Amino acid sequence: MAVISRDEIFDKIKDVLENALGADSDEITMDATLIGDLGAESIDFLDISFKLEQEFSIKIDQGELFPENLMSDDTLVVDGKLTDKAMEILREKMPHVDFTKLDEQRSVDQLSEVFTVASLVDFIERKTAA
Amino acid sequence: MRWMWIDTITAFEEGTRMHAVKNLSLAEEHLHDHFDGSDGLEPCAVMPGSLIVEGMAQTAGILVGSVNRFREKVVLAKISKVELDQDAVPGQCLRYEAEIERMDGVGASTTGVVRRLDHADGEWHEIGRIDLIFSHIDNNTGGREFPEENFVFSDNFRQILVAAGLDRLIDQ
Repeated sequence: MAVISRDEIFDKIKDVLENALGADSDEITMDATLIGDLGAESIDFLDISFKLEQEFSIKIDQGELFPENLMSDDTLVVDGKLTDKAMEILREKMPHVDFTKLDEQRSVDQLSEVFTVASLVDFIERKTAA
Repeated sequence: MRWMWIDTITAFEEGTRMHAVKNLSLAEEHLHDHFDGSDGLEPCAVMPGSLIVEGMAQTAGILVGSVNRFREKVVLAKISKVELDQDAVPGQCLRYEAEIERMDGVGASTTGVVRRLDHADGEWHEIGRIDLIFSHIDNNTGGREFPEENFVFSDNFRQILVAAGLDRLIDQ
């Protein structure tokens, strides 16, 4: 696979997000959060995932890009907070995400803050370099 | 009223594409209200765009559901794109042409073209495009549980499949 630059990846991701979320081009910055800033809802993650696969000719496994069914596992979330086990799994499975933004409380509500446009760019960069 | 917005299946390729036809009749009650002239304009019967989307959703939904023999509860989760260029009115016939673009355990995306039969030349002319995303809700519940019974694919769907000679797709 031809090496693709980070700028090219960002431009393509911008197209994907404009299309999937109806977001304005100038709203889509590297720091923009998918949920908070760009208004993504849960089903949009499936849409984004499908569109990234097409755009970059890659295969994204279920749960690879975004966490799934965290809430239904009571060893991962207790009282609305991510457990140590959850953090370990998330860090291992999602090296493209910067979890340092989560504070000590590790509330699941904060998870929406770590999924940014930059995390998508990192994900694609790793994936296309593999 | 039965919530069926397709009349028959006219083409089916498993896991790939499906065509369904909808005949519009002046006897359909909803057409009497849309538009009924209460806005001061001349009454005219036009099929609501939302019901054209529903027709495509039923077509694509059957196509997606048939892959797993209707064991999964396939629900419309997102309307990715709707472009309708022309109205559909009584006496006309619509054809929904749906294709699966991508599918996995979580859901599926479909693309679709709406065509209208032109009685003058006998040709099917494209009048719209509708892309959809379906979710397999049993795999996306976020901890919520749904009834065992598949409430999505009811007897009405079964009847349409049987009429099209597609009984083999129904999980016995």
